[in-house]
Amino acid sequence: MDRRHFLASLSSPLLASCDFERGKPVLEGKLLGPDMALGHKLRDNKFAAATQTQRLPIAIIGGGIGGLSAAWRLLKRGITDFKIFELEAEPGGNSRSGASGTIAHPWGAHYLPFPTVESVNVRAILADLGVLLGDPSAIAPRYDERYVVGVPQERLYVDGLWQESVLPKIGASKRDFEQYKRFDELVERYRRLRGADGAKAFALPSALSSKQADIRALDGQTLRDFLLSQGLDSPRLHWYADYGCRDDYGAHAHHISAWAGLHYHASRDALATDADARSVLTWPQGNGWLVQQLSAWIKQRAPDAFAPQSPCVRLETAASYADIDIYNAPQDRLTRYRADQVIWAAPAQVLAHVWANSPAGLREAATQMEVSPWLVANLTLDSLPIDAGPVGLSWDNVLYDSPALGYVVATHQNIAIGPGPTVLTYYWPIDNEPVPAARKRLYDTDWKVWADAIIAELSRPHPGLREQLQHIDIWRWPHAMARPVPGFLTAPIRGLLAGLTRPLSFAHADLTGFSLFEEATYAGVRAADFAK
Amino acid sequence: MRPALLFSVFVVASCGLAYELIAAALSSYVLGDSITQFSTVIGTYLFAMGIGSWLSKFIDKGLTARFVQIELMVGVVGGFSAVILFMVFAHFTEPFRLVLYGLVFTTGVLVGLEIPLIMRILKNEVEFKDLVAQVLSFDYLGALAVSILFPVVLAPHIGLMRTSLLFGLMNVAVALWAMRLFRATIGGGRWLLAQGAIAFVLLLAGFGFADKLTILAEEGIYADQILYAESTPYQRIVLTRWRDDIRLFLNGNLQFATRDEYRYHEALVHPALATLPGARRVLILGGGDGLAAREVLKYPNIESITLVDLDARMTTLFRTNHLLSAMNKGSLSSPKLHVVNSDALIWLERNPEPFDLAIVDFPDPSNYSLGKLYSSAFYRLLEKHLSDQGVMVIQSTSPFYARRSFWCIVNTLEDAGLKTAPYHAYVPSFGEWGYVIASRRDYVLPAKIPVPVRYVTPETMKTMFDFPADMSRIPAEVNRLNNQVLVRYFEEDWRRVMK
Repeated sequence: MDRRHFLASLSSPLLASCDFERGKPVLEGKLLGPDMALGHKLRDNKFAAATQTQRLPIAIIGGGIGGLSAAWRLLKRGITDFKIFELEAEPGGNSRSGASGTIAHPWGAHYLPFPTVESVNVRAILADLGVLLGDPSAIAPRYDERYVVGVPQERLYVDGLWQESVLPKIGASKRDFEQYKRFDELVERYRRLRGADGAKAFALPSALSSKQADIRALDGQTLRDFLLSQGLDSPRLHWYADYGCRDDYGAHAHHISAWAGLHYHASRDALATDADARSVLTWPQGNGWLVQQLSAWIKQRAPDAFAPQSPCVRLETAASYADIDIYNAPQDRLTRYRADQVIWAAPAQVLAHVWANSPAGLREAATQMEVSPWLVANLTLDSLPIDAGPVGLSWDNVLYDSPALGYVVATHQNIAIGPGPTVLTYYWPIDNEPVPAARKRLYDTDWKVWADAIIAELSRPHPGLREQLQHIDIWRWPHAMARPVPGFLTAPIRGLLAGLTRPLSFAHADLTGFSLFEEATYAGVRAADFAK
Repeated sequence: MRPALLFSVFVVASCGLAYELIAAALSSYVLGDSITQFSTVIGTYLFAMGIGSWLSKFIDKGLTARFVQIELMVGVVGGFSAVILFMVFAHFTEPFRLVLYGLVFTTGVLVGLEIPLIMRILKNEVEFKDLVAQVLSFDYLGALAVSILFPVVLAPHIGLMRTSLLFGLMNVAVALWAMRLFRATIGGGRWLLAQGAIAFVLLLAGFGFADKLTILAEEGIYADQILYAESTPYQRIVLTRWRDDIRLFLNGNLQFATRDEYRYHEALVHPALATLPGARRVLILGGGDGLAAREVLKYPNIESITLVDLDARMTTLFRTNHLLSAMNKGSLSSPKLHVVNSDALIWLERNPEPFDLAIVDFPDPSNYSLGKLYSSAFYRLLEKHLSDQGVMVIQSTSPFYARRSFWCIVNTLEDAGLKTAPYHAYVPSFGEWGYVIASRRDYVLPAKIPVPVRYVTPETMKTMFDFPADMSRIPAEVNRLNNQVLVRYFEEDWRRVMK
């Protein structure tokens, strides 16, 4: 079952159980995520037949980054007669965001690395939104300073102390440092490597990477095995590799393809004027800001394009058109559209589920995809978290040896001096057990258990956290992102999705197997270009 | 036995007066108006002593044991009085007076019990007329000793907190000594001894840890008398006075001294405002003391001033306290002035109003939060709030002590697309201080300052805009949100000065 089918159009707030310990005020919060009832309704696909059929030149299914990028591309081409059908009340997909009081915060993706020269369309979108200033094709474009992550950028809590940067230095031995250096050199080599076809070994978007066989052969093993084969066995280096994989793919390095794991490190070679290349673009609400701005940009040019709370529940293709059944959830009504072109910007597993006459093998190929479950919590504090030591609170605060990743500070980008409430966005890929068990736990565990676990974990670096905490809202992502496991590059699903052109083209990041903004934009623009 | 008891009268009397003086001095430091403080504290104390004397008649049995216990209580209550008052003052503003008079009253009652009890203990040994004469003369002698020692030695050299703890220890010592003297008749000996030991240890510990208490540290930082101190949600405000010079410290950093603040504020306001005869609207960011506003209000053409300061306590204090509002000439009560207690940036983002002059008087960029207010992003935003002719002026730390920091601010303003006119002024309390005027056009020196001033004139201004070799421009990076170089420069520059 797919995330989009499970994520509800309406959140399901469950009031927290009481917390009377030590006379503290009761801590409250919401458990957000899938609406089981709608999820089951969509899965069982029991809908009355559509009462009417309407003509529609272009239908975009899904309002995540893929769908929004496709809409952006259509508008750039002067095409305005399309609709975006989105399951949720708000667009955004994995980049969705929320707010606690007046403080905006992410619910998913929270940053964008400086786009590479190859990410032409990401750069063009950023220029349209006023993030990238000047020439989008410059080697090192200039970005609006307010959107470049402020210092201090990141720190790591390791062995009871905070250190600058995420690579663990505290407690690292000489041998660890040697291996860091070798890993760095290895990544640098891959960053510069080009295949015989002239393409970068690891390009972003990944579809532009070299097809050279020996480079792609890295996809045959896990990142962990690859590192070991290179004589890199430092536990701290492996933690770092795990961190990268968990951050982007929601799974440890022993699950992730070495090609994908190296891609994370080697593909990001973009430069920026007046900013460190390792900086990123970020906003209080994370990539939700981009969603809001891009949606507004689209609405301005195609005011009626958005159809929220409208999942596609059935799809049937013919030679020159496709019929899609759209379920209007609030009105409990089904409408059939006959579209000249369907741009499918929802996950591949949803497509396989609703496509009545899908090509042979699609359903099976989609089932084989592994999808990571995640948990994201937003903790509202009455003031900035307090900790000892000289390394100050940073934007990204990572915990070494933690089941979770750490937290980002939603108010970090604010240029405000006053103390005041803040929101910490806590990221937790549930990857210490097989996916079905993890997903079941995600569904079955109640708010209190998650909240207690999060408080316990964050109280390690911040012993006074509980006193500052006002509430915790938790979002469950049962199907957060595709896992690029070994063999994903050549998995049957890749060929099937890439082969879709007309009347249905595929615009979701599942096209290439990475849940990244750049990949979704690549897929969205590509799919939009199949429309007449 | 008799000389010993008479000596203890001397000690007890000196302790009693010491607590009274400590309470009066402390409340004058903190609340100001020493005449009222001394008068009410002494009055309350004497009145309470009267009540204590009257109450003494209800003590019938075990006179010596009661005397010992009262001594212990005086020792603990009086001994910790300064600590308690400082703590209450530092952490809770409201109940200070209540606690003050409560403590004064309690100590007074206990001290009032002492002399009658001693007289009754001695009454069988001495004839009444000798008893009265001796006890009372030692009582007054003790008072004399402390009244001389307190201002000369104790308050200036030992400090109020230690002095009070020291006298507490003396009270307890008298009690212990009395226990020893009357060990034959006193009764309940072991329990009483335990009480004495506990009191002694408590006071000794207080004495030992006195240094650790924040207030003592503050007394060390602020050499002068503390007029006012308050921790607001945003900062610690401390006002000190030495003779006529009042100084404001925010989080321990000197903000101004009355002796020469006019130099700082004239230099901040007039070089820019004197060039803007048509200016009507002025924005002041920071500057909750109202001193920059005072200078601005000298110009009749100014119709409105918007003062944005985060801390409502600052602006309220400088509006309502007569000492402080005299200093800013009531600028914060001016009908032309509109106070906004908000974060400057949040306010700027929400209000599109244009201004003819924006005065930026933020604290120095000593941390990342403050460093953001000196960033190119901030100046770009502020620039959008300038009218067509609009000008901004930025207090920019010292070009002498923090030379790289100063020129970093100049570079940052230029990076934000503004033309700059850096200048400096000599403010004795601070040393050489720097400012930058920035606007869309070139700055031209005004021919005259059209309002009364004491320091900034067209003649002095010529030297203000000239930078001698030891302060002249040096290379520095642009301060951006994503590098915050200014905070690093500032730290390095001042560390070098402090060495």
